[in-house]
Amino acid sequence: MGSDFNRRDLIKRAVAVGLVAAPAAGFLSACASGGGDNESSAKGKKTKDNPFAVANGAGLDVVIFKGGYGDDYARAFEKLYEKKYKGKTSHLGTQDITGKLQPRFNTGSPPDVIDDSGAKQIKLDVLHKNGQLADLTPLLDAPYIDDPSKKVRDVLQPGTIETGSFDGKMYSLSYVYTVWGLWYSGKLFKDKGYTPPKTWSDFMALCKEIKKDGTAPFCHQGKYPYYINILVMDLIAKTGGLEYVKRIDSLDPTVWGEGAAKSSIEAVYELVDKGYLLPGTNGMTHIESQTAWNEYKAAFIPSGSWLENEQLKSTPQDFDMKFLPVPTLDGAKLPFEAIRAGAGEPFIVPEKAKNKAGGLEFLRIMLSKEASGKFAQAANSLTVLKDGVGSDVKLRPGTQSTVEVLKAAGTNTFNYNYPNTASEFDTAVQNASGELMAKRIKPAEWLKRVKAAAEKAKKG
Amino acid sequence: MRHRKYPFIAGFLFVPVVLYAVFVIWPYIQTFGYSLTDWSGQSQTMNFVGFDNYSKLFSDSVFKKALVHNMLILVFLPVITILLALFFAFMLNVGGRGRAGAVQGVRGAGIYKIVFFFPQVLSIAILTVLFQAVYRSDEGGLFNGVLVKLGLEDKQHPIEWLNSPDLVLWCIIGVLIWAGVGFYLVLFSAAMQSIPKEIYEAALLDGARRGQTFFRVTLPLLWDSVQTAWVYLAIAAMDVFALVATLTPGAYYGGGPDFHSEVMATYLMRNFLTYGKSGYACAMGVVILLLTLILSAITLRITRRERIEF
Repeated sequence: MGSDFNRRDLIKRAVAVGLVAAPAAGFLSACASGGGDNESSAKGKKTKDNPFAVANGAGLDVVIFKGGYGDDYARAFEKLYEKKYKGKTSHLGTQDITGKLQPRFNTGSPPDVIDDSGAKQIKLDVLHKNGQLADLTPLLDAPYIDDPSKKVRDVLQPGTIETGSFDGKMYSLSYVYTVWGLWYSGKLFKDKGYTPPKTWSDFMALCKEIKKDGTAPFCHQGKYPYYINILVMDLIAKTGGLEYVKRIDSLDPTVWGEGAAKSSIEAVYELVDKGYLLPGTNGMTHIESQTAWNEYKAAFIPSGSWLENEQLKSTPQDFDMKFLPVPTLDGAKLPFEAIRAGAGEPFIVPEKAKNKAGGLEFLRIMLSKEASGKFAQAANSLTVLKDGVGSDVKLRPGTQSTVEVLKAAGTNTFNYNYPNTASEFDTAVQNASGELMAKRIKPAEWLKRVKAAAEKAKKG
Repeated sequence: MRHRKYPFIAGFLFVPVVLYAVFVIWPYIQTFGYSLTDWSGQSQTMNFVGFDNYSKLFSDSVFKKALVHNMLILVFLPVITILLALFFAFMLNVGGRGRAGAVQGVRGAGIYKIVFFFPQVLSIAILTVLFQAVYRSDEGGLFNGVLVKLGLEDKQHPIEWLNSPDLVLWCIIGVLIWAGVGFYLVLFSAAMQSIPKEIYEAALLDGARRGQTFFRVTLPLLWDSVQTAWVYLAIAAMDVFALVATLTPGAYYGGGPDFHSEVMATYLMRNFLTYGKSGYACAMGVVILLLTLILSAITLRITRRERIEF
């Protein structure tokens, strides 16, 4: 063998040394405030058309959560970006956001845009606390593509900005507009002559009737108590009002000693106590229970508006999926029409992204009528862009019913922020609800547990 | 040539040792370093907090619960798996009815060996899907379906196997045993086949029954294999992450209902990724490492016996 010292060997060796040195560097900088090796990308010219001054030809690195909505829509958006800036985009669709991106965040080379969603999302509160998220205020103040006289902040659905905010500044753009509540089959109700209930006492009376007819009145996705918390927390919000929701979000422990929480959790416990649950539902996965519901084994199920898309294959043709706002208790502060609605599927731009301007511009492109319509066609869901879907897009019955319900709700919408900002508290509430539904704890114990969790979370 | 031996050996060892140091030893050291900080897992900004994480750990009721669960698995998994595997291996190799004094397994031993080994080739993902159906909480599940058909249980009140605080951990141990017995059966079978037949024939001539043959002849001669199996199973018992995370209820990596199936590994993951308490999770990792090391040392020490040459 010759001892030529050629370029390739050199590179190989450099890589090998890098392998050893990289973790060492990470460790050494562990106790200092690391990072900061931010490459400043070439700046373009700031114009009305290009408010973030994206450099012409700047590449864009996009990572999309490939879940219920797929990732084809994002490819369409990338084409729009490529057309405008002639830069190449790289696209990764994955379910494993944490696995793919945690190392990149840690080494300070994150992508430019991320759809940080799904079971393996990197928690936004954690990213924010570590200064990894870009402030999206410039996006809100940028001109809206379809009508440059308006700012982006004026064309978003209510709640979008709040959902993505920490301490009053927006850090994530939740793109999909979701409503949460109860779902039922229009066909079942028509065949049996049931009327969708508006008050909790009507709801209980109907449950009694349904049970008499041999169907289970209620089922839920017991393996994941997230779902039963839709019913629990919606009922609490409607009983206690918007101020109450804010106090829950701020982890104020005293709310759990007050009437709204108490009467709501006792009402939910009635479902358990009176035997209105589908047998076995407490142990079921979301697919098992939702499929049982599609087979008319149970009348009501709690879920968000992704339900229709998720159950496309197991829903019978004539099922006629319908949405029902959670029925209200006597003396509730919010009307029956009020619903939990909010932006979901958070998109973020990392603070240390190479092409941060491009990332912001990508979000602005997403908030155009063209992109929003493309999303509705591909994913059968609404976006946070007000009137974002043209009349030419035909919707399925479930989605159509959410549009109607949203119209009826008007400004009466609410949403919780604590699942994004206090994941440990969220988990504790979910565990307590799982125990309550399995009849292992009583409402009083539920309140005690949740209060304790809030106290613990408040302490940090 | 003698003086050239060591450089030669070192030459071969260099690459594996470097790889081992970089990808195994170094991460351990790093984990220990991180365990002394309040690292969140998402950036390199963190503060040194000394042994705070460790003192918090020992007053964390969920972690203590998880530790107890791991210990329960540690006791029951190796004992039951090894006993079952030994019993089956014995029956398949020497337990058959002796025809004219010959030593052989029960009839159809070859088929049984394949059947018992089969679960070993299934990946954890497939095990999960399989046992999700077995333990399903309504009459659609295998167990509940059979119980309902037999009239032993009311259709309206099925047993929610994985959602029952008293059953869930045993359900998980059951899956581990079901999936593990086949491998140790084959391991013990191979060891048994290397025991000379004459020893058995002599025992039979002396009028030894099956039980006596097993305890006086087979087991002492298999001790090395049993010891190995014990260490493997003990280490496996400290993990169990994948099964708990996928099969049991609860948000983020299972462990429910209400922490009744929580193991250290799932609690570690939840703290590491979901709660953003990565430094704290690293402290758990260090504790798990220490426990595993101690356990392996104890197991090897206790099971050390005179080696029997044959």
